Amino acid sequence: MTDPTPLLAMTGMTKHYPGCLANDRVSLTVERNQIHALLGENGAGKSTLVKTIYGVVKPDAGEILWDGKPVRIQNPGHAQRLGIGMVFQHFSLFEALTVAENIALGLAASERANLKERITRISAEYGLPLDPDRVVHDLSVGERQRIEIVRCLLQNPKLLIMDEPTSVLTPGEATRLFETLRRLAAEGCSILYSSHKLEEVRALCSAATIMRLGCNVATCAPAEKSVRELAEIMIAADLKAPPVRAIRETGTTPRLIVKNLTVPSPHHFGTGLKDISLTIESGEILGVAGIAGNGQTELMDAISGEILAGAPENIVIDGVPAGQMGPRARRAIGGCFVPEERNGHGAVTAMTLSENGFLSGFVRRALTRCGIVNPKRTDVFAADIIRRFDVRATGPKAEARSLSGGNLQKFLVGREISQHPKVLAISQPTWGVDAGAAQAIHEAIAALAVEGAAVLIVSQDLDEIFALADRIAVMAGGRVSEPVPLREATVESIGRLMGGAPREQPAHV
Amino acid sequence: MFKIEPRGHESKVWRYASPLLALALTGVTAGLIFALMGRPPLLTVYTFLIAPLLQQDGFEALPVKAVPLIMMGTRLSLAYRANIWNIGADGQFIMGAICGGGVALAFPEAPAWLLFPAMAAAGAIGGGACGGLAAWLRIGFNANEILTSLMIAYISQYLLIYLVTGPWRDPMGFGFPQTALFSDNALAPRLIADTNVHLGIVLAPLLALATWFVLEKSLLGFQFRVLGQAPRAARFAGFGENRLIWIAMLISGGTAGLAGLLEATGTLGQLTTTLSPGYGFTAIIVAFLGRLNPLGAVPAGLLLALSFLGGDAAQINLGLSNAITGIFQGILLFNLLGCDLLLLNRIRWAARAAS
Repeated sequence: MTDPTPLLAMTGMTKHYPGCLANDRVSLTVERNQIHALLGENGAGKSTLVKTIYGVVKPDAGEILWDGKPVRIQNPGHAQRLGIGMVFQHFSLFEALTVAENIALGLAASERANLKERITRISAEYGLPLDPDRVVHDLSVGERQRIEIVRCLLQNPKLLIMDEPTSVLTPGEATRLFETLRRLAAEGCSILYSSHKLEEVRALCSAATIMRLGCNVATCAPAEKSVRELAEIMIAADLKAPPVRAIRETGTTPRLIVKNLTVPSPHHFGTGLKDISLTIESGEILGVAGIAGNGQTELMDAISGEILAGAPENIVIDGVPAGQMGPRARRAIGGCFVPEERNGHGAVTAMTLSENGFLSGFVRRALTRCGIVNPKRTDVFAADIIRRFDVRATGPKAEARSLSGGNLQKFLVGREISQHPKVLAISQPTWGVDAGAAQAIHEAIAALAVEGAAVLIVSQDLDEIFALADRIAVMAGGRVSEPVPLREATVESIGRLMGGAPREQPAHV
Repeated sequence: MFKIEPRGHESKVWRYASPLLALALTGVTAGLIFALMGRPPLLTVYTFLIAPLLQQDGFEALPVKAVPLIMMGTRLSLAYRANIWNIGADGQFIMGAICGGGVALAFPEAPAWLLFPAMAAAGAIGGGACGGLAAWLRIGFNANEILTSLMIAYISQYLLIYLVTGPWRDPMGFGFPQTALFSDNALAPRLIADTNVHLGIVLAPLLALATWFVLEKSLLGFQFRVLGQAPRAARFAGFGENRLIWIAMLISGGTAGLAGLLEATGTLGQLTTTLSPGYGFTAIIVAFLGRLNPLGAVPAGLLLALSFLGGDAAQINLGLSNAITGIFQGILLFNLLGCDLLLLNRIRWAARAAS
């Protein structure tokens, strides 16, 4: 029978990064023969925790018991000697080398004997078909992941860590991977499975540790919870009943039309957009809920023009087919955008607020003359934003990086709203912002809609969506569900869609 | 024990103090090297950095020498601020001289008002084409411009050697690897008759001023700066990266070509295999020493020009190899990059040794 001592027991794991507490007294216990899920949103601290186990990250505090004995894991080599293998989300393979050569690189010379036969044998045994003589650049992402798994299995690990393994796999590849993982667990290799995909965690894992904002929030058996319950714990929005809001009259002019928008993600690990259609009317706020990494970044980029759509008609801004226009042209016809990431995307951190105001405001606010920047108008524009949105900064000449996250966010939201857009697309409007600033931002967005703009809010914060939106849709796997009017939206329907669950009922709940 | 810790912001003081410290350290290092070679270090540093200025024509020779360095350095600053790394200015310089010089050799009798402008245009086009080729490879094939622009520089260098030792060699030149002298109509206009003080001496600082204005005051310059600091923000703003790469490579290449043409027609009066003693590479140091500020390229260009004169002086007066110029420049760049650590970091002396 199995040994009752847990294979791995961690308590009080704490890791500070400058400006961020990635892990705050986190505990994790992995039993033998267990597939243990580490569940949490992007940025919840999962990666830091698994990298600590693999010796890549040195914790500031905390105790690790391996096989019941306290250890301090110095580096990945040490972790491997203990019997810990890890498959990273981002592979480290040399494209120009063969499978066998890549695997040989990570091994000591003494371990390289009969390598090809061993690769073939292990890959056959665990259902991971792999030809050791193939060159890596010819292989699919799924096959590349198999190389990493086989590389770990060659060392007979007792614990295999998989960091977001299915984010790069097709559904078929994922199914095959699950079979392999179940076999491994049955044969005595525990698996720590880091993911934010609730359905697959429920199907695969017998235990789950759920993290949020660097802390443990729950330990449970995922199969006993519904997807909605897991989603609730993970995002900690208690999915309470929405506050009552005045019902908007429908049937006004459509300002933003997205029609059959399909674009591949420009990023290797991104989520492509699949046949998205949306219409937002003048004065309407549409909220798109969803767990991060389901295509939200790509949707925002496609609407702002950073990624072009296949045809002009895919995106219509205020009546003008804009799918093939770049961001400048879209601003000229009335689009304004606030991306999720402030630093280096919405703002250039080393530039002044004045320059950052100019960055997206020069088209609509006419801040140039004959190709020369008009410094006076630019400063006045920034000063207006600072005053109107109560941005705590020394003035237009303050560098963006000298502001706190919340103040910079107020500036960036203010920058777009001050341009009187006809369409505003805004991602995570109050991410990392304190309650007071969040309130101010919400009011400004609502006021903009009253003036007649169409507003698209992409957010992981369900409270925010329920507080602001007239209609709510959910983004999962690169698709956007049919929007539901606020009063018909229920926490159950939204929660189920957020977990990426197959629709058991028609989308109109 | 000392410890390096991040400041969290860029030090304004060290932005300008760092090149001065680097220069001082370079003087010390060079002195040490001279001492190891058995030369009196102070005298050698004096010969290298001071004596050239005291010569009769020192204050004439220095600006003339600095013209190509300032012209290229100031435009490289513009490209580098956008994170576009044109390393091949030397080849663009040579290609400019080849194209402009080719026009001079083909039409020696053309009137001066037509010939020199045509040569200048050919020079700029030649240099711009080399830069544009690297831009095209980057955009079309995602080939890193650091590598391609450098590789193209070697092509230009060998093309020059082929031309001046082959088809373009002066038949009356006793077999020396050089072309015939350009006709008087083809020479760069002089500001002072019978000297080498040519048009470039006015052009180079004006170019630096114009480049500074574009970079700091215009929408185009703003786009370059945003692209260099936050490429994703540049996409968000709608500043097309490909367009900016084209512009940066074409104007830095074109300026280098013009500088090459001015060097060939301003000081040499013909094409030779030794047209460029690595001016285009030295211009990279000029750009960094000038803090990637187009105006900073002026003092930095003068200083590096001095190192060329000093190298000549050390060769003549002390019998040192001319390689000393390259060594000096290399040490200077090395020290500068090292001192730039202080921009974002400070050094703390930790009293307690780690237990």
